[in-house]
Parts: sequence; C-alpha cells; structure tokens
Amino acid sequence: MAERPRARRETVRLLFLIAPSLFWLLVFFLFPLLLVFAISFGQRGTYGGVRWDLTLENYVRFFDPLYLRIFGRTFSIALTTTFLCLLIGYPLAYFIATRPARWRNGLVLLLMIPFWTNFLIRTYAWLLILRDQGVINTFWTGPLHEFLVQIATALPLPLWEILLRATSQPLHLFGTDGAIIVGLVYGWLPDMVLPCYAAIERLDFSLVEAAQDLYANRFRSFTRVILPLTMPGIIAGSILVFIPSLGAYVTPDLLGGAKSIMLGNVIYSQFMSARDYPFGSAISFVLMAVMLVGTLVYFRMGAE
Amino acid sequence: MAEYAIELRNVSKHFGPVVAVDHVTLSIRDGEFFSLLGPSGCGKTTTLRLIAGFELPTGGEIYIGGQLQGETPPYRRPVNTVFQNYALFPHMTVYENVAFGLEMRRVPKDEIQRRVREALEMVRLPGMENRRPNQLSGGQQQRVALARALVNRPKVLLLDEPLGALDLKLRKAMQLELKALQERVGITFVYVTHDQEEALTMSDRIAVMNEGRVLQVGTPEEIYERPTCRFVADFIGETNFLSGRVKERRPKEVVVLVDGSVEVLVAADREVGVGDEVTIAIRPERISLHAKPPDPRALPGRVEERIYVGTDIRYLVRLTEQTVLSVRQQNPGTDAMIRFSPGDTVYLHWRLPSARLLTE
Repeated sequence: MAERPRARRETVRLLFLIAPSLFWLLVFFLFPLLLVFAISFGQRGTYGGVRWDLTLENYVRFFDPLYLRIFGRTFSIALTTTFLCLLIGYPLAYFIATRPARWRNGLVLLLMIPFWTNFLIRTYAWLLILRDQGVINTFWTGPLHEFLVQIATALPLPLWEILLRATSQPLHLFGTDGAIIVGLVYGWLPDMVLPCYAAIERLDFSLVEAAQDLYANRFRSFTRVILPLTMPGIIAGSILVFIPSLGAYVTPDLLGGAKSIMLGNVIYSQFMSARDYPFGSAISFVLMAVMLVGTLVYFRMGAE
Repeated sequence: MAEYAIELRNVSKHFGPVVAVDHVTLSIRDGEFFSLLGPSGCGKTTTLRLIAGFELPTGGEIYIGGQLQGETPPYRRPVNTVFQNYALFPHMTVYENVAFGLEMRRVPKDEIQRRVREALEMVRLPGMENRRPNQLSGGQQQRVALARALVNRPKVLLLDEPLGALDLKLRKAMQLELKALQERVGITFVYVTHDQEEALTMSDRIAVMNEGRVLQVGTPEEIYERPTCRFVADFIGETNFLSGRVKERRPKEVVVLVDGSVEVLVAADREVGVGDEVTIAIRPERISLHAKPPDPRALPGRVEERIYVGTDIRYLVRLTEQTVLSVRQQNPGTDAMIRFSPGDTVYLHWRLPSARLLTE
C-alpha cells in the first residue's frame, strides 16, 4: 500500500515538469492545427472567411492536374535538394570529423557563421548572384566574353564561335527550378552536415582498420562499414533537409520568379490573395500527410 | 621459401617530433609465437601496426614472407589482426563478421559457409552465427575476433593485447587456449602485450621493448634468467639491484664492492675492468635465508620486515646502509620452515649463476 502514494507523487511531479511545454504545445500548436484541419472541410465564403458547410471538395480539388503538377515539382525539388545536400554535406562532414580534435569545433563554427545572417537576406544574396545582371552573368558576358573575343580573333576555331555566341547572352539562371534548388541546398546544408558529422565523429575508426585488415579496399570499407554505421546521421540529415524543402516558401518566392512555384507558394496565395482558407488548409494537410508518410518510410528503411 | 615469416630491418617510425619506433631490427621465424613486450608507449603497438600496414615506416624495411612491403596497403598484406578492442562490426552478425574477409576475397559462397563454421568450431563458439557482437560476452567477442582473423588462414596473425579487456581468470584460461590454438594451426603469431607473465607463459620468443627500441630478444627463459640490461631485469619479474664497483677480476669470477662496504662474488659472464661501475641483479626467489652462514660467501643482513603473501613469504633484508634486498621464500605451510622476525640477523645466500652482472 505504501507504493501507491509514492507512485502518485511521482506522476504529479512529472506532470508538473512537463506542464509548461504541454501547455505551449496544446495552445499554440495543437489547437491552431486542429483549427486548420477543421477549416479544410469548410467552404470559402463569398467575401473570404469560412462557411461551415462540411465538404471534401477542397481535397478533391487538390487532384486537379494543375496542383498535381505543382506538387510533383515540389516533391522532386525537395528530393533533389536532399540528394545534393547529402552529396556535398557528407564528404564535408567526413572531412571535419577526421581532422584532429582541436580543429573540429573551429571548422564546425566556420560552417555555421554564414547562417547567423538572416535567412531572407542570404536568399536575397543568391538573387543578386543569379539574376541576369547578377554576379555570374556580369562575369559571363563581361570578362569571359571579352577573353573569348580575343582568343577567337587570334585563333579562329569553330569551338570559340559557339562559346562566343553563348557568352554574348546572359544565362537565365534566375526564376528556374535550378535557382530554387541552389537556394535550398545552400540554406539547408548545415542541417545535413551536422547530423552526419555527429555520426561520423562517433564512428570507431578501428572498425575501418579492421575492414582494411580483412582485405576490403577503401571503397569497400566505405560501403560496408562506414556508410552503414553512419546511416542514422544520413537519415536524420535527410529528414531535416527534406521536410523544410518540401514546405519551402521564401526560397521559391525569391528565386523561382513567376513561373517556378512550389506548394508553399500556392498555400500562401490561397490564404493571402485568393482568400480561400479552406483550400489552403487542405493543401497544408496533404503536404503534412506526405511528410509524415515519407518520414515513416524513410525511418523504416534506415531501421533495415 | 622464406626463412623468416617477418623481418624488420632498421625500422623507424616518427610521429612529428616523437620517435615511436627507433631502428628496430627483428626476425620472426615461421610458426613462432613471438611477443613484443614492454610498458605502454614503448612502441610495441606501433611496431605491430607497421607490420599490418596501418602505419608506414619513416625508415627501414619490412618483409612479410620474404616480400618487401614498402607502401603496400593493409588490405593487400597476407596478415590479419586481432584488435585490442576486438573491433567487431556492430552492424553485422557473428557469421557476417567472420565471413567478411572471405567475402572480400570473393571466395565462393559454399566455401565461405564451410570455413566460417570450421572457424567458429575452432574457437568453440558454434551456434552463435546469428548473434550480434553486443549480445556476446567479452570472452565470446574475443573468440569471434580470433575466428574472423584465422578464417582467412593468414601467414601471420597479429594480436594487439587481445586479452587486455578480460578478467584475470578468463585471461589465464584464454592464454593457454591461444597457445594451444597457435600450435594446432601452426600460424606465426606476433603478440603485443605489456603483461610480462602473459608473455612468459605463451611465447616461443620475446622481444622486450622500451622507448621505441628492442632491448633484448630471447626465449622466456633467456629473458628471465639472463637479462642483458637493467630495464629487462627490472621489467620482467621482480629483481634486486646492487650497485658497486669492480674490485678484483678472477678467471671465472668478479669481486664487486657493493656500496663501498660489502664484497659480492659474481660469475664473470661479461667483460668488465677493475674500477668499473656495475650493477648486480638477483631475483628475490633465488636468495635463501639462513640463521648461520651456510658458506663463506653468504652475506649477513638484518630482517626489516616480513610480509605474508600467501604462496610465499617476503622478507625485506637490509644488506648495507643504502641497500635493502627483497627475498621470497616459498610457504610450504609446515612448521618446519624457519621464520625470521624483524630485527633478526640472517645470512643471505645464492648460487653463483643466480646473480647477474649488468653494465650500464
């Protein structure tokens, strides 16, 4: 009998400890989420607002080819971003993790410093780099073009002619899916590097020596030992990059121009321009469902 | 063809300003159980890593089976390693761990199966194929590490303090098992340890290392009975040191005046001149204590302390102002044994060859 009150006291204490976070999550997270969920079954009022005639129409509307195409593009941009982040981030993380211990924190800090600047400003910087009058194109149509003109006059070859013609026009980088991907990869790279770094740093490198001792060359000791043992970092990093990329709004808004939009922009415009709260809510929930399913599948894959 | 399984010629390894291995020359015979023995930081593990190819020498040459290794990467060397912490792959089963090396060498599947089973039987771990390393005890992990290396039938097996993580009882049992296994498979073992008793028990020959150098190479008996320098005498077992000056040379003996007061007779097994500073080494168990002088050579001393250690009784006997000798007498458990008490005057005696003359 003495056990009961003690157990109850323990429960009370735990409740007390989690009360602040519980309160916060309930009031500012779960409640708004439920509100959005409810709205997604409503109908757009004539002058904006929500009419509470419950319907599935908003979800059906999502399957319009127009939105499906945007969804497809969003998904593939997010996937490409994740893949590129992994391709760039993993070797970087490996490099940092294999430096002497006294260098590592400094290198991680160097990686983080650019990200102390506001996200909007950093994305805007990419606009200045990528646009037609931007940094890249100033070089492309300027010094590079002039250099080719000089070479072409000194040594006329058909190759130069082609390059000459190409550099006389600015490259249209801005406003493409490519520009969005560059912006997203740049923006979420640390989210890939840090979990990978943590996983690689924890790796016991005597296991790599053991693999090499057992006739595995560098490539095979990587694929058979290093990669599987650092998979938790890869999975965590991929999820951390994929989810914000899928819901990206600022990056496609700034770098995608008018033609290249993602689902995040559609949601924004439903709420802010079209005043169609129910449809915007429905898209939000579809996106959330995709993220949830994607994450679960990915975790399963990682678990074996 | 090669006479030696492994040969090191003048091998050095520097890590920046630190000299880990300093001009080591060693010849390890085929089928030998060879130990590298020394305190931590003496360069024994680095020497092993140089043989395995995890480190490349700064200078000198390494031959395995007569082949110069040069910059050959570890995965092309005909040696396998049992690592200190076992380094079992945690994401693989016992079977996958043991099969790893064979798989990398593209051995056919059915042969892998057969050889893995044989290897696990050899280390007495059958039926554990599907376990993960973290489901095994330390001793079992040790056996898997051994099977994983031996299954490849290497020319040489390198072992880096493989028993270091096991408790004393298990370690003793594994020592004998390892030695028996080595004799059965006939593979050359190069065994790194800091445990002198382990090295003495298992090895055919031992190289004692300190500060990157090999000080003495010999059979356990040679190393123990005839150490060539003070470090070896001190590191292997317990030793009393008497320092003095050579007073007189006779055809077969040398008279050393210890601490300027006591004359000690030693066999002249090395060249010394009158007046040379020398050290005499004598093992505590080689000294006997007597109430009356058994021999004119016996030296008088005073018992300072008597310590009961179970298997034997240890006395500290003052010989001179500066020197106290440790003496061990077996404890037969009978009343027949004479026990001395602190303050007693005793006579120390030993057979002439028991005392070793060391220079340096």
